[in-house]
Amino acid sequence: MMDYIWLVPCFPLVGFLINGFLGKRLPKNLVGIIGSAAIGLSFLLSAGIFLEYLKLPAAARPVEKVVYTWMSAGTFQAQVAYLIDPLSLVMLLVVSGVSFIIHIYSVGYMYDDPGYPRFFSYLNLFVFFMLTLVGANNFLLMFVGWEGVGLCSYLLIGYWYEKQSASDAGKKAFVVNRIGDFGFLLGIFLIFWTFGSVNFREVFRLAAEYPVGSGVITAMTLLLFVGATGKSAQIPLYTWLPDAMEGPTPVSALIHAATMVTAGVYMVARCSALYALAPFSLTVVAAVGALTAIYSATIGMAQFDIKRVLAYSTVSQLGYMFLACGVGAFVSGIFHLMTHAFFKALLFLGAGSVSHGLHGELDMRKMGNLKRHMPITYWTFLIATLAIAGIFPFAGFFSKDEILFHSLVNGNVIFWGIATTAAFITAFYMFRAVFMTFHGESRVDPHVHPHESPPVMTVPLMLLAMLSVVGGLVGIPLIKGLHFFHDFLAPAITPVVHEAHYPAAFEVALMMFSMAVAAGGIYLAYRMYIKLPDLPTVLAQRFPTAYDLIYHKYYVDELYDATVVEPIKQGSDFLWLAVDDKVVDGAVNGSAGVVAWLSAHLRRLETGFVQNYALAVLLGVVLITGYLIGR
Amino acid sequence: MVVPLEYYLGLSVALFALGAIGVLVRRNALVIFMCIEMMLNSVNLAFIGFADHFKGVDGQMFVFFVLTVAAAEVAVGLALIVAIFRNRATVYVDDLNLLKW
Repeated sequence: MMDYIWLVPCFPLVGFLINGFLGKRLPKNLVGIIGSAAIGLSFLLSAGIFLEYLKLPAAARPVEKVVYTWMSAGTFQAQVAYLIDPLSLVMLLVVSGVSFIIHIYSVGYMYDDPGYPRFFSYLNLFVFFMLTLVGANNFLLMFVGWEGVGLCSYLLIGYWYEKQSASDAGKKAFVVNRIGDFGFLLGIFLIFWTFGSVNFREVFRLAAEYPVGSGVITAMTLLLFVGATGKSAQIPLYTWLPDAMEGPTPVSALIHAATMVTAGVYMVARCSALYALAPFSLTVVAAVGALTAIYSATIGMAQFDIKRVLAYSTVSQLGYMFLACGVGAFVSGIFHLMTHAFFKALLFLGAGSVSHGLHGELDMRKMGNLKRHMPITYWTFLIATLAIAGIFPFAGFFSKDEILFHSLVNGNVIFWGIATTAAFITAFYMFRAVFMTFHGESRVDPHVHPHESPPVMTVPLMLLAMLSVVGGLVGIPLIKGLHFFHDFLAPAITPVVHEAHYPAAFEVALMMFSMAVAAGGIYLAYRMYIKLPDLPTVLAQRFPTAYDLIYHKYYVDELYDATVVEPIKQGSDFLWLAVDDKVVDGAVNGSAGVVAWLSAHLRRLETGFVQNYALAVLLGVVLITGYLIGR
Repeated sequence: MVVPLEYYLGLSVALFALGAIGVLVRRNALVIFMCIEMMLNSVNLAFIGFADHFKGVDGQMFVFFVLTVAAAEVAVGLALIVAIFRNRATVYVDDLNLLKW
């Protein structure tokens, strides 16, 4: 079955081609079925490959399947080839599985949209690129997927392109991502220049000969990380993700929560062999991750658009994953990536279900007490919220706790302190969202009658809720041999973690403590938004500066506008008005002007009197003859 | 009696100069046309003179060609002049200066 791995990305591609070219002529239901079935087939095939891989003896792993040689120039070889190892298998399963659920949800959510076939074709194209990204066995093919998902992200954020803010957000996402991609590309160049290959295993084998902390490895890992900050929305390139919420909600769930934005984490984990040799880069990764985690969590506290709260939460959770990678716990990062994909997709789909029931309302100030009208949405949303807050036994508990643990024992107290504080804030703002949306007094517009979504939307919610509950059980801590996830993934990762053993009591104490922190956050949200609903307003008035700062997202967008966007705009204006208009166009128009001026005078010679011409001919003859004779 | 070459050439040059001046200064297209004929014939005269002087026939042959060309030219030229006259009711070249600037 492994020989057919190329089919995994090909199914969505076929779906894209069918829906993209014929979608308008096909019946609407068929479009949805084709779109979803393509992803479903990919998932089934991935699962089959996974099972087959489990049966392989350790010596036969990992497997590389070459489809064909893409380019071959001198020593440079780029192949379209897939690497089947634990890391790519986990990613293939998560991506295709979550995508499948979200596709089904979209069948209901987008049903009334006139661009239905276009939506599904973009979505399928995205999955194709994403599966290419995670399946690739070399940096170049990975980059193809990397750019492809960026393109689809742009297309889907600007899906409602007739809305100015949506098309602006699409452009912003694209441009900011390009900055990161540039770093990524430079990193690939440096890798090829140093090792003469772009194949993962080849590169990692050659890199092992370099000493720890060598300059060139540090440089390439930092460049790769620049790419990761762009794609995974980390400081300083995170600003595009909150704006990306302009896209349809399934897009936010799929691309901007579950899959694409985790590509950076996947890439760092994939390159763990390189990062293990660059302690400085690891520290940078951890620091950026920790900072992003707490920074965007604070912004999430004061947003009122439910999708924006989730967007900042996503940025924050991605920060956790990078923190995990940065302290060397790559497995924990990927573990959190997986559980996060489940519960964050669920949160977004829940938010979509809410806005579906409220005719597109996203402002939490106009919600409240929706529990009564949307029981399924409420309960699934609550499960996801408990998971993200890190409450036992939901999926987020296991993965987040691992990250906190490793940030303390492999990192330092500062990282741990930041991560724990961020966990507190996360629990607070997520429950703030739950309370504002589903509890308390109804602030819904009286003309709107909230209703539960159809089964085609609620069944995916329930599926994801189930995964959010049990998803963490593949990585049970403390008991040796029950952390299947770690044991499975370990061969694909170069460990940096020193396998020091800590007493179980210490781990348990840490878990208790982080649970207590999360519970504290929940309680605070309960106090502020259920018991004393006036308290937030009072607090906002008491500390206007702090509130203003957070509400306006620390004015970072304004800062970027002033320091980067405006100078570039002015520079472009200068190049346009001064250089292009005056110099370049001046040269072109000037030469034409000289010719025109000359002709304006020379044309006076054309008198129209034939005898003048005859005289000129005669004079010419005389002159030429005179010259020939007198020579 | 042998006529010296200089006489032929002298007459030829005089005829040619007269023709050229006529082409340049006369206003009537018909007269200009006749002046062109005169220039052609002055050339014929020069050919004849050289043929006589060098005792060859090449010059005499060329005269036949020139005569043929002149005949064709007359046919075309006169037709043009007639056409112009029908259109414009004039054959004065001063009035035919539309093709300027």
